[in-house]
Amino acid sequence: MVLDFSIIPGIMPALMTGAKMTIELAAIAVAIGLVIGSFAGIARVSGNRVVKIIAGTYVDFIRGTPLLVQLFLVYFGLPTLIHRPVPAFMAAIVAMGINSGAYVAEIVRAGIQSIDKGQTEAARSLGLTSAQTMRYIIFPQAFRRIIPPLGNEFIAMLKDSSLVSVIALEDLLRKGQVVITRTFRPFEVYAVVALIYLVMTLAISKLVSWSERKLRTVG
Amino acid sequence: MIRTCGLKKSFGHNEVLHGIDATINPHEVVVVVGPSGSGKSTFLRCLNLLEKPTEGEIHFNGQLITAPGVNVNEIRREMGMVFQGFNLFPHLTVLDNVTLAPKTVRHIPSCEADEIARDLLRKVGIADKERAYPQELSGGQQQRVAIARALAMKPMAMLFDEPTSALDPEMIGEVLDVMKTLAGEGMTMVVVTHEMGFAAEVADRVLFMDDGLIAEEGPPAQVLGNPQNPRTKAFLGKVL
Repeated sequence: MVLDFSIIPGIMPALMTGAKMTIELAAIAVAIGLVIGSFAGIARVSGNRVVKIIAGTYVDFIRGTPLLVQLFLVYFGLPTLIHRPVPAFMAAIVAMGINSGAYVAEIVRAGIQSIDKGQTEAARSLGLTSAQTMRYIIFPQAFRRIIPPLGNEFIAMLKDSSLVSVIALEDLLRKGQVVITRTFRPFEVYAVVALIYLVMTLAISKLVSWSERKLRTVG
Repeated sequence: MIRTCGLKKSFGHNEVLHGIDATINPHEVVVVVGPSGSGKSTFLRCLNLLEKPTEGEIHFNGQLITAPGVNVNEIRREMGMVFQGFNLFPHLTVLDNVTLAPKTVRHIPSCEADEIARDLLRKVGIADKERAYPQELSGGQQQRVAIARALAMKPMAMLFDEPTSALDPEMIGEVLDVMKTLAGEGMTMVVVTHEMGFAAEVADRVLFMDDGLIAEEGPPAQVLGNPQNPRTKAFLGKVL
């Protein structure tokens, strides 16, 4: 069997549509993850034991189970509970968002805890409340440190989003599979699919290191 | 102004303060000296409740601040603190470091807070650096900003936790000078330090702490010049 890359121009439009879906999924998932993760991350360092335990359980459960299983729980499991079907796209962003939230929570927690204790002490000694200390002193500093790992999380989500192909959502990988049924060229198609993932992840990691430099110049 | 009764502090099973009875009068400069690990810093940090005392009472300005339900934030506004490691906020300019608390805690209008801050920066001798970030300053300059930051809240008392211990020798003088000026203006000050010269010159009273207790106290000439307690003698013999 000889490799035939002449099929590439013909399959690119379909793969690009898939890539767009992949980026959309990852972006929405990380956006949801950022909201959930910020709250959960703060909850993890909170003084309130109950809040801390709830957040800890969430993080442990999500990080200790496979994303594919979580996806099945939402897509196949949830409909039997709520007695109506869950659309594939909805299931994907819910599962991925909740999944991402747990990882973002750990990033946020680590970011907050990486700020020197002296910062909190100085702020509190000036009479700032703990909420004001968080808002004006800890978050602005933690934010800069959180950017690089958040970029990594986005890259991880982008790659993991390929799992949604199993619930027939037309992401990059799924589009590739569809194209193969037409071209019978699995190696070429999967190679191109892999390359597109690579280009996307490289672009994000460049963007992250750029923003990192940008943020480092001040403060 | 500040009075402690039987103040005890434990970390886990390790009791660091064994019952401190101390009084700091208004406009008094009290210097706390003693060997490392004697509990000086812990004592100071208890005064503004950065450390929660395990036992005992602290009265500040007539109020029992160790009572349950006391708003610690209100207490801390009235007690400025200067740390060994400066602890300036690295993401804020010098001016913003000084104005943050007056603006957010006291709700002083921005322009007024800036004006107060500039006056204080002038007073500590770094008026020309208000737009700089802390890491662009020398240690001595950073510590002077930290003093200005604490003063911006117009506190009734100032606590200094080894303010010159992290400084290069040539920068110690500039920080001590600011503190002397402050003392001269009648600020109530509690200073934990190893600078015996400062203690001798500026202190109204010296507390010598050893092993979590006040071993000796009195005017500097007495405690530093003619110590009675053998522990004080031994300590001074090493540092002087």
